[in-house]
Amino acid sequence: MPSLKDLKNRIESVKSTRKITKAMQMVAAAKLRRAQDAAESARPYAEQFNAVMAGLAASVGDSESAPKLLRGTGSDQVQLLVVMTAERGLCGGFNANIAKLARAKADELRAKGKTVKILTVGKKGRDALKREYGDLFIGHIDLSEVKRIGYANAQDIAKDILTRFDEEEFDVATIFYAKFQNVVTQIPTAQQIIPASFEDVEAETGGAVYDYEPGEERILADLLPRGVATQIFSALLENGASEQGARMSAMDNATRNAGEMIDKLTIQFNRSRQAVITNELIEIISGAEAL
Amino acid sequence: MANTMQFDLVSPERSLASLQVTAVQIPGAEGDMTAMPDHSPTITTLRPGILKVEAPEGTSEYLVTGGFAQINGDSLSVLAEKAIPVGEMTRAQLDELIAEARASLEAAKEQEPHSLVDDAAKLLADMEALGTHMSL
Repeated sequence: MPSLKDLKNRIESVKSTRKITKAMQMVAAAKLRRAQDAAESARPYAEQFNAVMAGLAASVGDSESAPKLLRGTGSDQVQLLVVMTAERGLCGGFNANIAKLARAKADELRAKGKTVKILTVGKKGRDALKREYGDLFIGHIDLSEVKRIGYANAQDIAKDILTRFDEEEFDVATIFYAKFQNVVTQIPTAQQIIPASFEDVEAETGGAVYDYEPGEERILADLLPRGVATQIFSALLENGASEQGARMSAMDNATRNAGEMIDKLTIQFNRSRQAVITNELIEIISGAEAL
Repeated sequence: MANTMQFDLVSPERSLASLQVTAVQIPGAEGDMTAMPDHSPTITTLRPGILKVEAPEGTSEYLVTGGFAQINGDSLSVLAEKAIPVGEMTRAQLDELIAEARASLEAAKEQEPHSLVDDAAKLLADMEALGTHMSL
């Protein structure tokens, strides 16, 4: 049975925890709005870009001269998994879910006898995968210094990946991130970026036959690397919004739980206070009777 | 014949302009071109240069560093890597871009293949010409 003083201390400490989680929730809500705006304003570019690329890819097709980024290396032996997570924790299952998806994919590929390499973006994903797959890591990109994710960050990551591709370090690259659905739902997603696939993009041709200047393949060769950057950029933004959304609901839960705990502790505190008073009364009365 | 068309200028981070225009001068990779309503459908890549937009309300200019333009008969979309209204451009910003282009030239030189070096050299030259053009 904890003493009155212990209970009082515990109530105080839970109260200050609640204050912290409440503040974190409000910060996350503000950041979420900004992240959503950023994701929103990046959408027209990505959509149009993909539509044009899909049209181009369809017209160049599988011809021998098609760029490697589109056609692939002709093998899928070496797989690169780019795991994009947050730099910070305390956001519910956000990081864990992405890591889980990546782990499942890595195991599946290894069971098939493929070579798996892992590139992590964001500290939390690296920490989560380090123990099991530490020997597969080929690099890490740190975004903890970045306050606001810009296109330049995506370009840097894309450049890193493309250099590795040019040096034939891998055949297929897949990115892992969480797609933002709403505040409570974020869907961990795997998306193949090299070789580029446009299966779920509708080719926007509108019946028009375009003149290409310079030639189709030159344009494609120019655009494909940009396409990688664009896809990474939208994944980063989706991830940013998802992270804040996940943190917001996690902190909301934490605040509510702290509230419940305070209620419970307060009841316990009052009961033992009453017990003490009753005890004292009994002692006084029985003392008086004994006289 | 329609005398205006829909024009959209978008960068990866945001949409910069969306309005009705009469003509747009595009710095295409193989030379400047002006797109007017009912232009034949074309897709062209951009080189660093100035995008001149002529709208009934007046003209505006944007500096673009690359990307591509998609011309349809009744609409024109420019997807630029980086687009800055010319009025907001400063010497310092241009210097930064030039420095970047120079760095990529150096990087390309080390890696040999000649087309890459030429591309990077052209990028640098375009970037420098831009400064002269804007008389900064």
